[in-house]
Amino acid sequence: MREKFDAIVVGAGPAGNAAAYTMASAGMSVLQIERGETPGSKNVQGAILYADALERIIPDFRDEAPLERYLIEQRFWMLSDDAYVGSTYRSEAFNRPPYNRYTIVRAQFDKWFSKKVQEAGGLVICETTVRELMFDGDRVAGVRTDREGGAIYADLVVLADGVNSTLAVKAGFHPELKPKDVALAVKETLFLAPEVIEQRFNLKGEEGVAIEMGGNITQGMVGTGFLYTNRETLTIGVGCLLSDFAQQKIPPYVLLEQMKTHPAIRPLLEGTELKEYVAHLIPEGGYNAIPKLYGNGWMIVGDSAGLVNSVHREGSNLAMTSGRLAGETAIELRAAGKALNTANLALYKRKMDESFVMKDLKKYRRLPDVLHKNPQFFTAYPELLNGAMHQIVSVDGTDKKSKEREVRRSFAQRRGLFGLMGDAFKLWRAFE
Amino acid sequence: MTSINVEEKLFQNRYKVDAGRPHIQIKDGDVCRSQCKTQQCTVCCPAGCYTAEGNGAVTLITDGCLECGTCRVICTEYRNVEWEYPRGGFGILFKFG
Repeated sequence: MREKFDAIVVGAGPAGNAAAYTMASAGMSVLQIERGETPGSKNVQGAILYADALERIIPDFRDEAPLERYLIEQRFWMLSDDAYVGSTYRSEAFNRPPYNRYTIVRAQFDKWFSKKVQEAGGLVICETTVRELMFDGDRVAGVRTDREGGAIYADLVVLADGVNSTLAVKAGFHPELKPKDVALAVKETLFLAPEVIEQRFNLKGEEGVAIEMGGNITQGMVGTGFLYTNRETLTIGVGCLLSDFAQQKIPPYVLLEQMKTHPAIRPLLEGTELKEYVAHLIPEGGYNAIPKLYGNGWMIVGDSAGLVNSVHREGSNLAMTSGRLAGETAIELRAAGKALNTANLALYKRKMDESFVMKDLKKYRRLPDVLHKNPQFFTAYPELLNGAMHQIVSVDGTDKKSKEREVRRSFAQRRGLFGLMGDAFKLWRAFE
Repeated sequence: MTSINVEEKLFQNRYKVDAGRPHIQIKDGDVCRSQCKTQQCTVCCPAGCYTAEGNGAVTLITDGCLECGTCRVICTEYRNVEWEYPRGGFGILFKFG
């Protein structure tokens, strides 16, 4: 007799775990297949966890999930070659439980989340790579793995196989990724004693800081950098559009290494010890690059479906939410005695459209195109802003009116009056 | 500035190499050698797995692969990269991720 499950979930990242946990908790027979040695051992993120999305799945996750530090402070830096202009938001409101955002280490966090799936009754198989989907006519009937006799059947397959989603591409569910629609990010995990982290970043106990950076560190490419505090490590990374890497001909590890030498960043990394170097693609095509989310016997969730809000650096929460909604869709349809076919699974898309996931992505649908065509936002403006700050804060006998004139002239010279107005309009349209 | 050695970074990582069974292959070496002008894989691969040789060829050693997918996505013109995930359990094993 061939094995058959109510649902197979491919991948044990945030989206796959959310889907598997939701369905298993409702009593469905769920098989989750993960190619890593353990869940999390193939997964990469910055990583910041947004509590809300997980709370809706596991309300008391704070009691047991492996969390690093809760964020009480967010810094934004615009860097020129030797300076930065920044803003900081730090609030005691973030210092009261329940905390809103946490840094996490994905290898540990995903392992924990997967344990919750198993406690809920899901069967999780690791060290198994799914090679292709199996079809019965146009219906997805199961998956074929690299294990011997590797065919497994199910009424539903949830694709949570990550940004590359080779399964969806092979099945023709969506086209191959385009270099302009993905960012390549590289990151290092650096050890630093907790007491030094706390002293250096003005923290106590489990408080943490996130620094998001833009400007010359990406050397003219569309992208951003970050520095996050974990319990006893720092993570520092930089990501830019892959199409820009190809054009600028800068190896990603060179970009990261040069960023680490910036005078604003280097002191923060002093005395650290490299523990791991990773790379990952981030789907940044936004709303217009989202593929079809469902079909006969299948749904696609998380990074596999390109669900990343690059403006707000959100992805894992979109992943978890999409996984939960896919799971709830399956549960509802089964309860109503409906088949998991294309017509009925449209419910998943409706749920997604009503959620923040699609609303946010739709809001910024114009942005990828605007940034792609206007590199000045990543080059000219950081330099101009730093130059302006330099004029304003340095006291050198020049009168203030002359300084203001100099600042205005620097902007007009670099971008032109119409250029400035055009840039303002483009940004307004992109964020409206 | 001092040269940046990606091997030193990769040295910190944990791998279980599937010896003799590379999960990524160049489909046709001649295409890289005689048709591809840019050889972007040799620049963009974050693990430096692709090397531009003096004779115009591109060589690939997947042992340090971070399984990001860059080489496959960047090879838009010739689609000359045969890319699969490693067999279950093999490849990079992230300690932190």
